[in-house]
Amino acid sequence: MTRLKKSLTLAFAAVAVSATVASAADRKEARSQVEFGIKVAEQGLWKEAIYRWERAAELDPTYAAAFNNLAVAYETEGLMDKAKKAYERALELDPKNVYIRQNFDLFKEINDRANRQLSR
Amino acid sequence: MRIANCLASAAFVLAASACTTTFEVPVETPIKPKLDVAAFSRVLVAGFVAGGTEDVDANLETVRLLRNQLKNKSRLKIIDADVLPLREMAAKIHPASQSDPANPALAVDLPKIIKEDRDLQAFEPLFANVAYWKKIGEEFQSPLIVTGTVMFAPQAATGYVQREQEIYDTFGRRQVVPIRTYMERKGFILKPKFIFIDGRTGAVLYTETFREEVLYSAEQSNPALSTYFELMDRLVPAFLSTLSSQSIRGTRTLLK
Repeated sequence: MTRLKKSLTLAFAAVAVSATVASAADRKEARSQVEFGIKVAEQGLWKEAIYRWERAAELDPTYAAAFNNLAVAYETEGLMDKAKKAYERALELDPKNVYIRQNFDLFKEINDRANRQLSR
Repeated sequence: MRIANCLASAAFVLAASACTTTFEVPVETPIKPKLDVAAFSRVLVAGFVAGGTEDVDANLETVRLLRNQLKNKSRLKIIDADVLPLREMAAKIHPASQSDPANPALAVDLPKIIKEDRDLQAFEPLFANVAYWKKIGEEFQSPLIVTGTVMFAPQAATGYVQREQEIYDTFGRRQVVPIRTYMERKGFILKPKFIFIDGRTGAVLYTETFREEVLYSAEQSNPALSTYFELMDRLVPAFLSTLSSQSIRGTRTLLK
């Protein structure tokens, strides 16, 4: 019984460790996806950047930078609803980040103006 | 082992947030047009019922200005037709004119001189006359029709205004201080109402009203026509954004 208990404990520990390791690997992969996304975005290839940053956000759903960058890319593609959600998620993850806040404020200014025009 | 991993993860997160690398990128945010004009290939700026000052023919000037702007900034082909005499047409097709078809203009109580906003209200039935606009549409092969009203009127105002004045203290040091002075000012107010009509059906698709005004010092002499263009300049981008998509340039920060 004691042996079984010990085996189970070891099995759980192994699963937990592997999960943590996988998560670290995912974070690393997410980071490289974000870096590649920045490179292509700087060349104006926003659709490719979106693909990279969506992948990064999937791999690490707590990665605020991925959501911030994704929001910027959605904005340039005119996907305003998606951009808003991504900015909100980025700020939820990193509320004190001044860069995300600044991007979101600029986005809101444009989005509000467009909505005012449409409701006139 | 698990604790070590957790600590490593926490350290990783902390390190990542502590040394955030930023990249400033130029962006162009596209703004969709307010009106879906995909169904049209041509646009007819038909004419406007205009009033206010007699110094500027706001009907002709508005038609000319909008046609020029649309030529450069819209994919729609501009129909270069004569400006419609809408004031005369309004009298002819006014429901009340049906009572005296022989002399329609006299039968309808439309103002001869348009000085105020309420004078323009009498012309509203013209824009709602589906049959009339459908006929115009058929004549020009079903374009998008732009019409409406334009009020361009002088205005005057007196009161206190704040301005900056240079003063020098006893040591000869220059200072700029805000002072309130009583001033007589005059200028113009521009109130266009743009009505977009479907030339295929004659129905109104969209209506937009603007209001711009400017006041100068009473001693300053500004020609009415240049003031008209100054005020139209302010609202033309908003007018164009009804028909064509625009993009707003800016910068955003990407994070690593």
